[in-house]
Amino acid sequence: MQASADSTLISASQPGRRITARLRLSWIGLAAILVTLLALVPLGFIFWVTAQTGWQTAIALVFRPRVGELLANTIMLELLAVPACAVLSVALAWLTERSDLPGARLWSWLCVAPLAVPAFIHSYAWVTIVPGLNGLSAGVLVSVLAYFPFLYLPVSAALRRLDPALEDAAAALGHGPWSVFLRVVLPQLRLALCGGALLVGLHLLAEYGLFVFVRFDTFTTAIVDQFQSTFNGPAANMLAGVLIACCFALLTLEMLARGDERYARVGSGAARHPVKAVLGRAALPCLLLLVLVAALSLGVPFYTIARWLGTGGWQVWRMDEISSALGHTTVLALGGAVLATLAAIPMAWLSIRAPGRLQRILEGCNYMVGSLPGVVIALALVTLAVRYLLPLYQTLATILIAYMLMFLPRALISLRASIAQAPPELEQAAMNLGRRPLDALWSTTIRLSAPGAAAGMALVALGILNELTATQMLAPSGTRTLALAFWSYSGEIDYAAAAPYALIMVGASLPLTWLLYVQSRKMAGQ
Amino acid sequence: MKSLVTAPLFCLIAGMLLATPAMAQDKQIIVYNAQHESLAKEWAAGFTRDTGIRVTLRNGSDSEFSNQIVAEGKASPADVFLTENSPAMTQVGQAGLFAPVDADTLALVEEQYRPSSGQWIGIAARSTVFAYNKTKLAQDQLPKSLLDLADPQWKGRWGASPSGPDFQAIVSALLQLKGEEVTADWLKAMKAGFKAYRGNNTVLKAVNTGEIDGGIIYHYYWFGDRARTAENSNEVELHYFRNRDPGAFVSISGGGVLASSKHPQEAQAFLKWIVGEAGQQVLRDGASYEYTVGRDEASNPDLVPLEDLQAPQIDPQTLNSRKVTDLMTDAGLL
Repeated sequence: MQASADSTLISASQPGRRITARLRLSWIGLAAILVTLLALVPLGFIFWVTAQTGWQTAIALVFRPRVGELLANTIMLELLAVPACAVLSVALAWLTERSDLPGARLWSWLCVAPLAVPAFIHSYAWVTIVPGLNGLSAGVLVSVLAYFPFLYLPVSAALRRLDPALEDAAAALGHGPWSVFLRVVLPQLRLALCGGALLVGLHLLAEYGLFVFVRFDTFTTAIVDQFQSTFNGPAANMLAGVLIACCFALLTLEMLARGDERYARVGSGAARHPVKAVLGRAALPCLLLLVLVAALSLGVPFYTIARWLGTGGWQVWRMDEISSALGHTTVLALGGAVLATLAAIPMAWLSIRAPGRLQRILEGCNYMVGSLPGVVIALALVTLAVRYLLPLYQTLATILIAYMLMFLPRALISLRASIAQAPPELEQAAMNLGRRPLDALWSTTIRLSAPGAAAGMALVALGILNELTATQMLAPSGTRTLALAFWSYSGEIDYAAAAPYALIMVGASLPLTWLLYVQSRKMAGQ
Repeated sequence: MKSLVTAPLFCLIAGMLLATPAMAQDKQIIVYNAQHESLAKEWAAGFTRDTGIRVTLRNGSDSEFSNQIVAEGKASPADVFLTENSPAMTQVGQAGLFAPVDADTLALVEEQYRPSSGQWIGIAARSTVFAYNKTKLAQDQLPKSLLDLADPQWKGRWGASPSGPDFQAIVSALLQLKGEEVTADWLKAMKAGFKAYRGNNTVLKAVNTGEIDGGIIYHYYWFGDRARTAENSNEVELHYFRNRDPGAFVSISGGGVLASSKHPQEAQAFLKWIVGEAGQQVLRDGASYEYTVGRDEASNPDLVPLEDLQAPQIDPQTLNSRKVTDLMTDAGLL
């Protein structure tokens, strides 16, 4: 990394400045390596605990019928929910982007808005309306409704940017509209579908609250059960090991499915805007589909929250409790967002200014750890802290570090895009004018990437707002976030008392989701 | 710009320092609370009102905390440990991490509700029940014993919350009364024939809607729901097994002061307050519907008197929590 990084700078820096340049780079490189090592600690720790448990016990705990059951549940869930999300989002994206559907702009926002409702609130709403809802079918239904926007966002963005010339060529060669869609449009959506499907798949592995409401057992729920019965017992760690293997299997699968075809258009000039398909008589059924999706994914949660607020009346608004939960959540969300963004700066800067093999490996490690469920990271950190780092045990620092590891990729992606737009010449000019290297970096690139940093922080904060398992396991005594308060009341079947917290969480998530929506439209040039 | 970034950073560092356990100053105790949050909150608020000592609750469940305290050892930040059931207390006691309970506190509680060792003390009690849907089961169709539920005729018709400490305590009583082999077999039969829920409230709700005919829970979930809106219990009645059956097990909620407590006086005072008149009054008049254990402290008059329940005689000190989670893990219930 250092060699390739230096060569990019040699031309710009005078011989006398080379030492400082290298020093600056090594500082940033060192910081990136440190962050990565920190990120690898929980992962390494799980393996270490496994080795310590002894292979015999480990094998007995991994190869038992219960694990087989959980594995079957997880695989069925992934096999049913991910394709369902994909089909639904492609249909919705095509309708909102490529057809003359009335009110397409509004519908496209409504297809993203379900993200503002935390998955466990979707579930809470559904079991209120259909009390007996449980098992695989319930798990699939609710997770599709909660997570399809993760696929809708990239698919609709990709559809918007397709060059219609390719489709015209296929049509001219005699393909009908369906054939054009299947043979020309769909293959071009491959990257978006793969990326979105990976995101949905990983969320399904990590989700806890959603599946507890509908009584569907996955590895994550089983780990929490074990934690609540044995704290950090070996069975919990073994389950975490299997869950990590599932995550890696998904990552590998996505890498294989992604392929390496070329997707950029060849030729001069800009692509023209695609002609919108005329729906004609099909407009009504298509509209009905969108109404149905909006009703199930937005109507159900909002109606339920309103209903419980109505039943609960003013009594459920215990303002002292609510305001303290709001305070705790704000401190954690802000702290986590700042920390994750700061930790992402070195890596983001390196990936733009000095890409190389080591840098790619480091970055890959961070994404890998970010894809692990919160419960795995929390389990490792709690054991580590209680055994070796007692001063950190049950402090704000530990939970913030967990958030940082879990949500670092969110901060990294946003920052990287912004840093790429900041010209490197500014940094060099600042140094030539006598600023110290870090100072120069600070006053140019970092400042210019503020919008990206802000978007990244919003995404991290959104994640923390809805976080349940890691917060429960790691936060300092007396911490009670909105999500924890909601969880505690709904656990006692006091759904009315939980409703204000649900409302506040959804209310706080809506602007952040809007930001995400606007950003995705901007990236697609609209 | 610099200050814009550094200012939140300083706040962050300041926040971390504030949140460290070191902030626990003179008049504050940390309680690892596995009891119902609402009940513990009432106790804590009452105690703070009477003494001025602040109480910070960390909420979790029985054996999570007992294992956690053992893992923390002498470094445990907790001053007091409250549970729903006694096996977790025994685990901490056996690890030698409790300070003896003050003698005048012990004197406040009936002898059968505290272990002979005096390492911890009973703070409340609850009875196992079979909650059943009255439209689905007639009196003569009810199980005579907890063990009957292993019978194939009950397959798919009953539920429980195996991940919860309450059910695990009931299993520990079964283990103590009938031995390992019977328990392991019963758990296997249970795995094949029951429906798993998370939380006793959820079991009660499922019985009420008729999803299952009956479920093994503690008595107070039913009383609590009846006292509120009865929306999850109006179709449900309670069946007490009696006859010293494992299913008639009365579980003791425990409280203890940790030997490593940095505020032993305040911690002992809190325990004394709970088992004293004020704390037991919360049980009698509040919404918890758990039984009182204090000498001459009557329980809520709506409850079936404890003496009438014909509970099996079990020394709480003999209940083993680790063996139970192992057996349940082996049976595939965890």
